Amino acid sequence: MGRELKFFDEMYGMSGSRCRAPYRAYNKWIKNENLDQLSRQSKEAEQYFRRTGITFSVHGDETDTERLIPFDVIPRIISSKEWEFLERGVKQRALAINMFLNDIYNRQEIIKSGRVPKTLIKNNAAFVPQMVGFTPPGNVYTHILGLDIVRESSDVFFVLEDNVRTPSGVSYMLENRETMLRMFPELFSQIPVREIKNYPRKLRQCLAASAPSIGEKHVSVGVLTPGVFNSAYYEHCSLAEQMGAELIESQDVRIIDGRVAMRTTEGYKWVDVLYRRLDDHFLDPLNFDPRSLIGIPGLMDVYLSGGITLANAPGTGIADDKAIYSFMPEIIEFYTGETPILKNVPTWRCSEPESLAYVLENMTNLVIKEVHGSGGYGLLVGPTANKRELASFRKKLKRQPGNYIAQPTLSLSTVPVLTRKGLAPRHVDLRPFVLMSPSKIEVTPGGLTRVALRDKSLVVNSSQGGGTKDTWVLE
Amino acid sequence: MLGRTAAGLYWMFRYLERGENSTRLLDAGHRISLTHSSAAPNEWASIINAQGSGEIFEQMHRGFSANNVINFILRDKANPSSIASTISRARENGKMIRTALTREVWEAANESWLTSSNVLSRQIGLKGLPRVLNHLRVQSNAVSAALHGTMLRDDIYNFALIGTFIERGESIARLLDVKYYVLLPTASHVGSSLDNVQWETILRSAAALKSFSWLYGGDANPAEIANFLIFDRRMPRSITFSFTELLSNLNSLAQQYGFKCSCHDMAQEINAKLVNANINSVMNGGLHEFILEYLEASNSLSRQIEKDYRFYD
Repeated sequence: MGRELKFFDEMYGMSGSRCRAPYRAYNKWIKNENLDQLSRQSKEAEQYFRRTGITFSVHGDETDTERLIPFDVIPRIISSKEWEFLERGVKQRALAINMFLNDIYNRQEIIKSGRVPKTLIKNNAAFVPQMVGFTPPGNVYTHILGLDIVRESSDVFFVLEDNVRTPSGVSYMLENRETMLRMFPELFSQIPVREIKNYPRKLRQCLAASAPSIGEKHVSVGVLTPGVFNSAYYEHCSLAEQMGAELIESQDVRIIDGRVAMRTTEGYKWVDVLYRRLDDHFLDPLNFDPRSLIGIPGLMDVYLSGGITLANAPGTGIADDKAIYSFMPEIIEFYTGETPILKNVPTWRCSEPESLAYVLENMTNLVIKEVHGSGGYGLLVGPTANKRELASFRKKLKRQPGNYIAQPTLSLSTVPVLTRKGLAPRHVDLRPFVLMSPSKIEVTPGGLTRVALRDKSLVVNSSQGGGTKDTWVLE
Repeated sequence: MLGRTAAGLYWMFRYLERGENSTRLLDAGHRISLTHSSAAPNEWASIINAQGSGEIFEQMHRGFSANNVINFILRDKANPSSIASTISRARENGKMIRTALTREVWEAANESWLTSSNVLSRQIGLKGLPRVLNHLRVQSNAVSAALHGTMLRDDIYNFALIGTFIERGESIARLLDVKYYVLLPTASHVGSSLDNVQWETILRSAAALKSFSWLYGGDANPAEIANFLIFDRRMPRSITFSFTELLSNLNSLAQQYGFKCSCHDMAQEINAKLVNANINSVMNGGLHEFILEYLEASNSLSRQIEKDYRFYD
């Protein structure tokens, strides 16, 4: 790495050779390290992950396999000043999202004011009518959020996506730190990195703070999982275990006297707060999709009568929506009265004829996404698409324009990864995690850094070959 | 803990014990085939029967050749009692209840599955068998060591051991039953010594050869062998030892939870029968009948435990 770079590298800036301040201490250390030795340690980390079972499962046609999410040993380092800015922006956005949800399910002031069109909410599959007029404990809808943030230069950040349904990845964040601590203890004694290991305790506190008032002093917390075949099962286990909560499946519970009770060896015991890792559709076959075998029949009724707290509240998915995303700047201003600290990526809503025309004209320069898609699927990356892909996407756009939004391609920042030929830059994003309780909002320092492992690739999703890094926020 | 977790623990450790016992059966059979090739087919047959897989085997194979039997017992996914199947099921259960296991136990079990799956992925012949059996034994010991070395002695531990000892007792009972014709005193040959090969096999299958020889020297008679494997309290794989441990773990549960269940009464009854019996009463009443009664009682007890502790809805 010594020549001028095309993208902003978080370690070397644009110069490719002068190390940026946050990485200087690390750079000193790595200069004295044998890269072959580091590669070997990397492989050991892989073995450790496999032995511990930190895998995610992929269901193919023939077999169910368990894959590792590749881990890169070079940390992504953020200075305390950079973090202070990010943290303020994340908190502001999280607060606004929660207030938006409260408004949408009650007075709908933002719609009355004309800032957000009614149709966006009305026809939205993620809007849960049962939530209208209901106020969850402490007014908290989004107990846990994960915002996906990308960077273009040293001080230009964008929020790419708001993950408000069941944001995941926190267990990898914790395991990555554990792994780094074990592999490179000397680094942590030389470089002051902010702690993240309290996350499970804070998560539990956050959940318990929103318990319904009818519960006992000791709040009973459960994690509702679809079960071992779910791709994020490892995370469900890990979080339940670390916060002292029971890992529950729908078959373990019954509704008794208007409350949720779990079947234990000593009889039925109450559950006060349920951290549910299921999407709304699957939550309750009596109130939502009747085909769901992993939900709890009647759960919604218990919830609406105050018998249990659900985290996140049903209906938060509407804020996850890419169409709503495009209104986020307005949403932030409307509820906080402030200008957004973190920018939105400029977004063209193809449901609007003028925007659609622009998008069709400029397809090769844009990234076009499905409004209701996730996980990096169903999108078109204009600059790298071939003629066939462009033509087929053009057809889709014309057929269902309301289904798509478009954004310019971003020059995502890079951070070095360890390759066979030494350090090389790869694109990254950042997912900080936010915990919200009635009296406070907390952001865990750093979060999950996802990295596109293939050279020049922009796809960081684990299900499509992305990897992760440990994220350091300096004291 | 959740009833489902108790069920998972119980079954994980039943499957692990089952796999271990199959390893010993195979080891014993292997030796027979090495030293007494003419007796081999009968030996292979009795091993399959001791596992309870006779019918399935007959549907798939004709004749008891070493290769067929070895691979059937080691790796055949169509055989629910094959070692590969039991390791896989143990791990499935383990995965479901991993929050109840210490990191060490989970890692040992997971590692065992990973490496054993690899080892068992190819056909194995008589020549490769010792290496495979050794590997399996080492893995099994690792999980055991982690369990006893790191798990808190609470209900989690109790359910794990209940599963282990129910399986162990039934396994030895089935072994004796398959071999009972060898152990029966025949009227016309009263006082004659047994076929060496046969009694050696029985004891080896129960990992009891050395202990037995230590206690009884070179001379063996059927009553002594049956006595050793049914009643000897010092022998960790005897029926009585297994049942005593089972009872002890059930009582620990009662103490921890502060209440007793029907399964405790049932277990007491079975225990009383074992305490009041001896090898003479068994041989007089018929070894086969005794074994059947024991297996039935053990089965009823395990179903009562499932009910009392709410394993299933």
